Amino acid sequence: MRLLKLVPDDTNIGFLKWRNIAMAFSILTIIASIGLVAAKGLNFGVDFIGGQMIQATFTESETAPIPDLRDRIGALGYGEATIQRFGDANEVSIRMRLPAEAESRPEAASEMTENIVSTINAEYPDVRIDGVESVSGKVSSELFETGAYSLLFAMIAISIYIWIRFEWQFGVGALFALVHDVALTFGLFALTQMEFNLNIVAALLTIIGYSLNDTIVVFDRIRENLKKYRKMDIIALLDLSVNETLARTVMTSLTMLIALGALILWGPDVIFGFSVAMFFGVFVGTYSSVYMAAPILIWLKVGPDTFVPAESANEQAEKLGGPEQIG
Amino acid sequence: MLDFPRWKVISISLLLAFGVLMSLPSLLGASGQKYWPGFLPNETINLGLDLQGGSHILLEADPADVASARLETMEESVRAEMRRATPRIGIGDISRKNGVLSFLVRDSTQVDAARDAIVPLTSGAGLTGQRDWNIEVRDDTRFVLTPTAAGLENAVENAMETATDVIRRRIDEMGTREPTIIRQGDNRIVVQVPGLDDPEALKALLGQTAKLEFKLVDYEADPNMVAAGRAPVGSQIFPYPDNPTGLPNLAVKRLGGISGDKLTDAGQSFDQQTNAPVVNITFDTEGGSKFARLTQNNVGRPFAIILDGQILSAPNINEPILGGSAQISGNFTVESANQLAIALRSGALPVDLKIVEERTVGPDLGKDSIDKGTIAAIIATVAVLTFMVVTYGRFGMYANIALALNLFIIVGVMAMFNATLTLPGIAGFVLTVGSAVDANVLINERIREERRRGRRVIQAIEVGYKEASRAIMDANVTNIIAGVLLFMFGSGPVKGFAVVLMIGIASSVFTAVVVTRMFVALWVRRARPQELVI
Repeated sequence: MRLLKLVPDDTNIGFLKWRNIAMAFSILTIIASIGLVAAKGLNFGVDFIGGQMIQATFTESETAPIPDLRDRIGALGYGEATIQRFGDANEVSIRMRLPAEAESRPEAASEMTENIVSTINAEYPDVRIDGVESVSGKVSSELFETGAYSLLFAMIAISIYIWIRFEWQFGVGALFALVHDVALTFGLFALTQMEFNLNIVAALLTIIGYSLNDTIVVFDRIRENLKKYRKMDIIALLDLSVNETLARTVMTSLTMLIALGALILWGPDVIFGFSVAMFFGVFVGTYSSVYMAAPILIWLKVGPDTFVPAESANEQAEKLGGPEQIG
Repeated sequence: MLDFPRWKVISISLLLAFGVLMSLPSLLGASGQKYWPGFLPNETINLGLDLQGGSHILLEADPADVASARLETMEESVRAEMRRATPRIGIGDISRKNGVLSFLVRDSTQVDAARDAIVPLTSGAGLTGQRDWNIEVRDDTRFVLTPTAAGLENAVENAMETATDVIRRRIDEMGTREPTIIRQGDNRIVVQVPGLDDPEALKALLGQTAKLEFKLVDYEADPNMVAAGRAPVGSQIFPYPDNPTGLPNLAVKRLGGISGDKLTDAGQSFDQQTNAPVVNITFDTEGGSKFARLTQNNVGRPFAIILDGQILSAPNINEPILGGSAQISGNFTVESANQLAIALRSGALPVDLKIVEERTVGPDLGKDSIDKGTIAAIIATVAVLTFMVVTYGRFGMYANIALALNLFIIVGVMAMFNATLTLPGIAGFVLTVGSAVDANVLINERIREERRRGRRVIQAIEVGYKEASRAIMDANVTNIIAGVLLFMFGSGPVKGFAVVLMIGIASSVFTAVVVTRMFVALWVRRARPQELVI
């Protein structure tokens, strides 16, 4: 039986040749993402800006009457409604700011819900209310804060772990790769204006964990090769390491993308955004482990002496009769 | 590396069998569990509210409310003590401004007596000997009582403790199954009620403080002053929305009332004359005799029924009510009367609670999510399994068996801890399908590589497992770090995701590294392969 090989044996692609162009490209995309977030902003859900979200399905209709809903709800005087398709064409999410008096009189929020629901119901009897979320300004700002802190902590904690397990240069490389992945995912959400809610923060945290998998596997091979081939030029060595692990990188990214693709296409509507964020994160994470993490090692002057000081390496080499046999 | 003693094989197999066994009750579903033998473990996974439908409500108390309520109680106690003292101690100029209680003792020779009377009121209830209040005497006759931080903290703690109990009783009274009621932080309570038909009723019930008071109406008060919101001395003004006279307010006497916490029962019924919904209440012995005295002494006069600072009604006392039960009339519907009865039965909340977060999911959306999640999980699993076999042949098959076992173990471990599966948790499950094979990919690629370098079969396998293990370990530690942070910072459903993720990471390392190695070792021992198709 002949087995599938996605990456042929002895593949030797000169990845690092393109490192300056790739790095420029990466930095440009990061800047573009930040620019997008600044210019278009993120479409924050009620989790982060407070307010109310009603999820509704028009069970007998092909599509939800979004413009009409917008007019009718607008006429109620609670301010403008943000209405988006949610899953199938006959499912919508309706987002509202909480009424100003809700701060002092909590019933005001419930009254608004009931008002909106009965208004919709009067015109469209086939409407089914699937969920109501109502988050006060205080809770949403707390959620925002903890969300931001957890992302920051995760990036720093993981970089410190890499620093401890490898060397500081690798920690810096990992951190850059993470910033890249997270920034681009933010950019994607600014560009598409998909709702940015708590689930997306969960996705980002997961991306931080998983996108580093590739980086670590490459780093691990770089360390091994640095000890093995002490005379090799660093660029050639990085290329070798990336190529040696390429088959695995491609395989794992593919299995992850297969699973996430299934979630996007067939999975629950509520976590559509989450699945898209993860899919995108895995994709850019694979790229960043090759083109962000590795080149930084060159600029931070990682060499054969990073793990084994020159003298002890010689002693080891003598004992073992040549570096080739280590490992 | 590849020699697997018999005891190891047996213990690994037992562990796997245990994991699969634990997972079965959850996988059978409600209909299949009937046939599950009773002597076997029968723990199952809980479904989160986002999957089975239900309401999640976060309630918050304002510590300032507790502080001001305490100040009020203190004022009443001080007044009572001063009246009770012999000779009676005259006080005046009482103020509760700036969070402190201050008053003047009119006769400076009574200052010491006043202090002696107040000291017992200010010592803490705990064993630490810490005071709840500091007493200060300024300018010889002015007493200033300042609450201590510890005392206030204690009071908030007690209020929240009581509030949690009251809420639990109220929800139990509603007859809802399996509510979850947990304190969160210093001043919050999380209420989760699955599969609820009427979330609005629940919210109304939780939001109601249900502080009931009976006070005599000050019928001598000047109606114009009352309408303007100014109370005569010794009286206070309450809003009265359903006042038959049309005035918005009513003045009632400060003293001589009865509070509604002296109840043994409350129930909804109908007024015999008007047939309007009312709430019948029964006082306990102490409350009953107080109420009898109040009505006896005030026949012909009106008294006000005050609920949460609003007058419900102010009926006339036609005759003394001696039986210890009374009827509360007001502008009720059957539902609101029933709700008030529940609230009164379960006791008043010691502090106002505000709903600061609410998430309600309808049962249809939850069911839809489960169905779609299951489909996505099956498709993902089949696709990944196929992909692995096509790529790694026999070794892919081993990885697949490991993956399948891994999925069973995740379910089993979650069931063992009665963990909750949320919608993001399903995503975590599918994600694990994609990522769990990573360890095997790493190992198999390494074996391929070692074979290419010319190592013999057995050696290549050994080196493959050994060298790949390091990267597997590092990669999974970073995932665990992310998972721990998710768990620490995430809210309900996201926590559920973190749980699945972490269990998945741990069990996937076990199945992908240890279990597949066992399979490979047993195969190598049996077949002694000279060539390796990988």
